[in-house]
Amino acid sequence: MHFLTELKEGLLISFRAIRANKMRSVLTTLGIVIGIVSVTLMSTAIEGVNRAFDKSAKAFGTDVLYIEKFPWVNSEDWASIRNRRDLKASYAAQIERKSSFADAVAPVMATRRPVTYLSNTIDDGLVTGTTSEYSSAAGVTVEDGRFFNAEESGGGRPVCAIGATVAENLFPKEDPIGKTLRVAGHPFTVVGVFEKQGGLFGEFTSDTRIYVPLVAFQSFFGGRRYVTIQVKVSDIKRMEDAKIELEGVMRTIRNILPGKANDFNINQQEILTQTFAPISLVIASIGLFITGLSLFVGGIGIMNIMFVSVTERTKEIGIRKAIGAPRRSILMQFLSESAALCLMGGLIGLIVSYPLSLIVDQFLPTSMPLSIVFISILISLTVGVISGFLPAYRAARMDPVEALRYE
Amino acid sequence: MSTMIELKNITKMYDMGGAEEVHALQGVSVTLQKNEYVAIMGPSGSGKSTLMNIIGCLDTPTSGQYIFNGVNVSEMSDNELARVRNREIGFVFQTFNLLARSDALHNVELPLIYAGTPAAERRRKAMETLTSVGLGDRARHKPNELSGGQRQRVAVARALVTSPSIILADEPTGNLDTKTGEEIMILLEELHRLGNTIILVTHEADIAEHAHRVIRIRDGKVESDESNGHRRTYKTAAHAS
Ligand SMILES: Nc1ncnc2c1ncn2[C@@H]1O[C@H](COP(=O)(O)OP(=O)(O)OP(=O)(O)O)[C@@H](O)[C@H]1O
Ligand SMILES: [Mg+2]
Repeated sequence: MHFLTELKEGLLISFRAIRANKMRSVLTTLGIVIGIVSVTLMSTAIEGVNRAFDKSAKAFGTDVLYIEKFPWVNSEDWASIRNRRDLKASYAAQIERKSSFADAVAPVMATRRPVTYLSNTIDDGLVTGTTSEYSSAAGVTVEDGRFFNAEESGGGRPVCAIGATVAENLFPKEDPIGKTLRVAGHPFTVVGVFEKQGGLFGEFTSDTRIYVPLVAFQSFFGGRRYVTIQVKVSDIKRMEDAKIELEGVMRTIRNILPGKANDFNINQQEILTQTFAPISLVIASIGLFITGLSLFVGGIGIMNIMFVSVTERTKEIGIRKAIGAPRRSILMQFLSESAALCLMGGLIGLIVSYPLSLIVDQFLPTSMPLSIVFISILISLTVGVISGFLPAYRAARMDPVEALRYE
Repeated sequence: MSTMIELKNITKMYDMGGAEEVHALQGVSVTLQKNEYVAIMGPSGSGKSTLMNIIGCLDTPTSGQYIFNGVNVSEMSDNELARVRNREIGFVFQTFNLLARSDALHNVELPLIYAGTPAAERRRKAMETLTSVGLGDRARHKPNELSGGQRQRVAVARALVTSPSIILADEPTGNLDTKTGEEIMILLEELHRLGNTIILVTHEADIAEHAHRVIRIRDGKVESDESNGHRRTYKTAAHAS
């Protein structure tokens, strides 16, 4: 086919031209290399942020519903929900009795208090009051010791389970189990240490928390606090059904008349995902913009060198035209040259990015996605064609007589 | 004999900016038949190359009509002209105009690439033509590895390879010494004998003497146009060396 013959000729010429100007080609390509490196690293990083989010989301339970006074994501008018009645910790027991989906139900309250052990202090320890059900309701794992049991929980015994970070800070050199720490002066004996969670959400992680029995919490730190009731649903596939059932249960408990709006919210992990999606989009857009900018600069470099290349080869263009090369062929010749240059840059960029992406791996749970290889190749070809177009067009439009006369 | 080229009152004007204009051709009317061997002569700057470029469809006239093989070329688009150059015209330039980075074979192949000839046939034809000008053993040489005469023979092969209707040679011997120039002239004469139409621009009277017809140009006009009664032929010994 005619087109293929020309394309092949065009590529042959390009490779010859690139080889003839090795140094120049490499330098010109650098812009594209940097562009592609930024494309790959950026997408690797974005992938990493997404995966880190997923991981954190899993860590704090996607099969858990959080019944609260307010929604996590405030979509409603604040004025209409501001005056809602507080939730009571006692709902937990009622829900457990009435709900068929609830596996474990735990009321949770929290406050910030100084926590000390000997000379070690955490100024604003996140003290959390809950029941023994919590360990099943939240899906957290105790690494050392145990969570407080029903008896301790019901009796408001002065025991606590602590997060990994708390343990590291208060007990850097000893085993925390059996030691007695003080929360705002009140002694609590450590019975368990949680497994380290890490992850992106400092506030939701168990790492920085000190869990005490709710009864004790209420008597020491006051009972009129924001309550979250965590409900672990037995079947993760039936989250929606569970939600509907819980809504009914809550309306009964709260005596909400038919036709009246709920004065509570049932929050879910997924809502967090929905919040995250736009954030992720913003990160991706910024990344894309920076990447686009560097590719743009690279493209300008290619365009510049292609103009030089066209001028240098004016005579050659004249010769080709004299023996019958149509505009299309000349256009194609220079387009394929700039595409080949950019493709080379793209491939070098990929080779450079791979080890760099391994460094990114150290900070984020990610790896270079395979699709980025194809995307990079596509992008570099596109940049090549776009930035090569003007120079190629100029070459194609040259007057053969003038081009031949060029020295 | 059939008419191949018909130039009617061709002018070419270069606008140099401001009020300055160069009238390179000022109403040239010439008719050429198939298988003619024509020499164009005239002083430097008289418009010979300009005329050749127009005949060769490299350039378009400012005014006038150019009928080539019955087709009005003056109204053709850029791409149509390229097609005519590719299929119908073979150019030989004074400065050879070979692609410096390509070997002889590829240079000869080039017009066939733009003609869309399949690779194998292209290679075969190019090799055949290169052999016919006596350079079969130089196919893989780059222009800078060839002598001036050999380079011009590569250029002649390139002009011939598409079997064009006409061969245009603008001072093909201008950059060659007398002996190698003669070799090229023998080659052209032989091509003419084989039925090719040839237009040749030259300064040298003894080269023009080999043509059938001599057109003299002065100041962009045809000064004289006469057939060459006492034309000379080269003693066709072996031209290859
Ligand atoms: N691109 C151009 N711009 C302006 N003037 C031009 C251009 N090309 C040719 N000319 C002018 O047109 C006239 C004819 O030029 P041309 O090249 O045809 O002469 P020639 O007969 O081939 O001369 P020579 O024997 O030196 O090759 C000259 O006066 C030249 O200066
Ligand atoms: Mg001239």
